[in-house]
Amino acid sequence: MTTTPSGGVDTATALVEGVLAGNRRALARAITHVEADSVIGRELLAHIYPRTGRAQTVGITGSAGAGKSTLVGALAREERKRGRTVGIVAIDPSSPFSHGAILGDRIRMQDLTADGGVFLRSMASRGNLGGLSESATGVVDVLDAAGFDVVMIETVGAGQDEVEVANAAGTTVLVANPGGGDEVQSMKAGLMEVAQVMTVNKSDLAGSDTAVTQLKALLATANLGSWEPPILKTVARTGEGVAELVDAIDRHQAHIRSSVHAAEERRGQATRQLIALARAALHREALEAASTTGALEALVDAVARRERDPRNAAVALLDAVKAQWARK
Amino acid sequence: MTQERPIRVLIAKPGLDGHDRGAKVVARALRDGGMEVIYTGIRQTPQMIAEAALQEDVQVVGLSILSGAHLELFPRVVEELKARGVDDVLLFAGGIIPQEDIPAVNKIGFTGVFGPGTDTNDIIAFVREHAPVRA
Repeated sequence: MTTTPSGGVDTATALVEGVLAGNRRALARAITHVEADSVIGRELLAHIYPRTGRAQTVGITGSAGAGKSTLVGALAREERKRGRTVGIVAIDPSSPFSHGAILGDRIRMQDLTADGGVFLRSMASRGNLGGLSESATGVVDVLDAAGFDVVMIETVGAGQDEVEVANAAGTTVLVANPGGGDEVQSMKAGLMEVAQVMTVNKSDLAGSDTAVTQLKALLATANLGSWEPPILKTVARTGEGVAELVDAIDRHQAHIRSSVHAAEERRGQATRQLIALARAALHREALEAASTTGALEALVDAVARRERDPRNAAVALLDAVKAQWARK
Repeated sequence: MTQERPIRVLIAKPGLDGHDRGAKVVARALRDGGMEVIYTGIRQTPQMIAEAALQEDVQVVGLSILSGAHLELFPRVVEELKARGVDDVLLFAGGIIPQEDIPAVNKIGFTGVFGPGTDTNDIIAFVREHAPVRA
């Protein structure tokens, strides 16, 4: 139970009504509930989900320091110029030690704060197992239902969460930099596969053509479907190339919404989202069951003493979880 | 496996002074105290601060000011927050605020005022104790 400014209590029904009516305070409260995965948050997601699917959802991913925040700001300005409203979810890492976070993405988008056609929400990754993708996907849905034309998700910059967060977006933009040879290596590990548009940002620096060539070479060996990811060059700080990037995103959105691909695309995204969320829930519940039975601790001890090998212990752990579930 | 939800805090600098060392020290201290701190940067108008507080649904707003304009700017921040229906946030202030102005600043709604030399642990304790509970 949460007090509202009027002294009342948040209810899912009131928040859903507020979100659909474009009330920004209700939208902010709704996002808080979805992020917390509260009872109200789940109830309101169930209500609003049928109202989603209209927004262009765009994921912005790439290494730390690639210029994602600045690029998101530049993209939002360009979208506003084209008369579209923009919702933004900006994710920054939580400290693994204190669980606190400094969320600084607003610094690069200060001018957008005064714009009633933009809503920016900062999120901390919170380090929960699969929790980031769970809540980020829900927050995107809330912004979609609230009627924003474009919803952008800016990811943290590394790891499996990136791929799952990208699943929440119709179009994922990979932000690379000149001279980022290591980055290109890390992209082989999975980011390449989730991106439908690529841009070499900070392309006013030396080596941008080399970076474009490297990306092209990587794409040449990738297993592409009906869409060939375009590779662009941007300077987010000055806005150079940003209009072309928006055009490329629009082209991909038109592609996935075209009659030939729409059904396939929707099923693909639904599969990825559902499996990612179910995996996170399964993970949590299994670990909970494993620790309540004491099986987890006992097996950890056995492995630590080298009495059992981890692989067979993992199978035993799963058996213990299944036995615990069967008892329920 | 769920842990307690972190307290969300907005740290902002209203007005025209450009030194944000103090604001950044406080932001880091609160992060190390387990809070999620949204830092907006310098030269924020009261409207920008209130709008950011609304969008981020923070429980706490901390303002740092060195210019001496606190008695002009703080009431306007409170007005802008109220205009947006955000009237359940804890307000605190830091920076250069003369002793004789503190009662007036308290009256505007800034119940905590932390000047130079404050132990950041005192700020963390203040926020933990007074932040309104959210979902």
